[in-house]
Amino acid sequence: MTSELAASAGLQDADLVAMYRTLALARALDERMWVLNRSGRAPFVISGQGHEGAQVGIAWPLRRDHDWVAPFYRSIATCLTVGMTPRELMLAQYAKADDPSSGGRQMPGHYGHVARHVVSVSSPVATQILHAVGIALAAKIRGLDQVAMAIMGEGSSNQGDVHEALNFAGIHKLPFVFIVENNGYAISVPWEKELSVRDVATRAAGYGIPGVIVDGTDVLACYRASRDAVERARSGGGPTLIEAKVTRLTGHSSDDQQTKYRSEADLEEGRAHDPLPIFRDQLRFAEVLDAAREAALAAEISSLVEDATAFAEAAAEPDPATGVDHVYADPAANEPPPPWQPARAAPAASDGAR
Amino acid sequence: MAIRTFIEAIREGMADEMRRDGSVIVLGEDVGKKGGVFLATDGLWAEFGDDRVIDTPLTESMIVGASIGAALNGLRPIAEIQFADFIFPAFNQILSEAARMRYRTVGGATVPMVIRAPYGGGVHGALYHSQSIEAFFAHVPGLKVVIPSTPYDAKGLLRAAVRDEDPVIYLEHKKMYRSVRGEVPDGEYTVPLGRAVVRRPGRQLTVVAYGLMVHYALEAAERVAGEGIDCEVVDLRTLRPLDRDTLLTSVRKTGKCLVAYEDNRFMGYGAEIAAIVAEEAFDYLDGPVSRIAGPDTPAMPYNHILEEWFMLSPAKIADAIRKLAAY
Repeated sequence: MTSELAASAGLQDADLVAMYRTLALARALDERMWVLNRSGRAPFVISGQGHEGAQVGIAWPLRRDHDWVAPFYRSIATCLTVGMTPRELMLAQYAKADDPSSGGRQMPGHYGHVARHVVSVSSPVATQILHAVGIALAAKIRGLDQVAMAIMGEGSSNQGDVHEALNFAGIHKLPFVFIVENNGYAISVPWEKELSVRDVATRAAGYGIPGVIVDGTDVLACYRASRDAVERARSGGGPTLIEAKVTRLTGHSSDDQQTKYRSEADLEEGRAHDPLPIFRDQLRFAEVLDAAREAALAAEISSLVEDATAFAEAAAEPDPATGVDHVYADPAANEPPPPWQPARAAPAASDGAR
Repeated sequence: MAIRTFIEAIREGMADEMRRDGSVIVLGEDVGKKGGVFLATDGLWAEFGDDRVIDTPLTESMIVGASIGAALNGLRPIAEIQFADFIFPAFNQILSEAARMRYRTVGGATVPMVIRAPYGGGVHGALYHSQSIEAFFAHVPGLKVVIPSTPYDAKGLLRAAVRDEDPVIYLEHKKMYRSVRGEVPDGEYTVPLGRAVVRRPGRQLTVVAYGLMVHYALEAAERVAGEGIDCEVVDLRTLRPLDRDTLLTSVRKTGKCLVAYEDNRFMGYGAEIAAIVAEEAFDYLDGPVSRIAGPDTPAMPYNHILEEWFMLSPAKIADAIRKLAAY
């Protein structure tokens, strides 16, 4: 089936339903993470709520396990879109041993996945843009036909690494796409005090690359902009900067109370730009979604969240004996462990032997 | 066996690795047509072309950050920082990203890359072309830090560093580039990381050094030999991982340990050596573990009299040896 809406993006109705499912699943997982935090089962949560529409639309054109994405701490829906599973995201939230992002070493939200080509997220913001540019450089040199995408907020986009990255990517016309999810706040600082221009996208001109602004509540507009940028990058046309205007529905993190610095009117305005009901209404109006389909999706999502939570809750904790593992490929390069280092059953295999 | 200068050996090491492995690239400021400000990469661009020898903008963080990304996607970058003094804009990328990638992905993602940088003074380089930066990086688990002292080691260690699976900071004392010559085999060889070497055997006192200070320590040892002081000189070659065995075996034999380093003394690399020797060889010591190192000024001054005052020399090291020997 191809509704007019799907046709406008060159997609099938099934694609739109899959996009909606990913968006709704990301939201449901995110909300569950907050419940876990508030009930004392997870010390920290950092959220993608309000960003998911842009994330799903923008990540959709990437070729799975082939193209690369260097995301940031709000990229829950991005990670789902490129193939990370609810169980994998929940293992990160619980910081369990089998968490594929970091084996419980990083704070929640710092996703990464080697096989899915998701570059490990760190906390010093904007560093990942240079990794994506280097990945794109290697792709070009090796003739791999890959596109690398870096994603961050508008607050992070002020870092010097962004300038260095875009300049280099522009010079070499690298297969690179830079996404700025602009939610108007760098933790508590509003955009007027963090940006010298209204739109980050206008800065693209300084690097000789296109800058595109999209409405982050319009999933298909995000998809089209990203699809065009990815195609352009892959065909040797060089990088694109896409700025998605999004809203942040939660505080910066579980340790932030945004009512301290945002007015009720501002928060109300933000809720009016929630991409989830907007996309759902769009699909209902286009008759891509009906009540039966929605109910089935809701039930499936609910069961996926329950499954992921139960799975992660029951998963093994990391063993402190492994705390010294993976400092170097060769464990012999490690400094001696601390006096309280627990014994382990078998010596760690070197990374080189993995 | 050919005689090579220190910088020729480094250049040959890079060229050999690039011929051997198509995934090795070189990037940095002026590394292309010009061949680097010291000519360390001279000829590489002509042989390997634009794709593998990349002139970058003046962006140290990018040079390192993009190398991390390139390493994640199958290349083995050799990143040149034009002077070690200019590495600090890249400190975040080295410390927060390169050094931690393996650890934070439990071995899943790795960044095999070499960061080369000329360090050290005595060349009229003043505050910003003379610094010793090894202590900042040797402090960081996940990094390896290499400082060769001979052309043989420079080539062999560089080749080993390129093949290493972890990020390696490879520091070259710029005063040695053309003043130090030595034999370098024509064929294939590497010098393994993490192994120190005894440059001069002796019985009474161990001098621990690396880089240019190895040469100064050997000269100092020669001077005091005529006075009946028999020094052993240990060249660490790799600062991290440290070869504890060679260090401790020497100190346990001689009973006295002097660490010579050009960096300012306080919290310098020699402090860690002194701590390890004090902890691991206490029962063998016949005198205080001592350091002879640069003055604790923010950096090296320019004027030749001031520079000479700042720099260690064979004479200054010989004085420190005499003092410790007499203890």
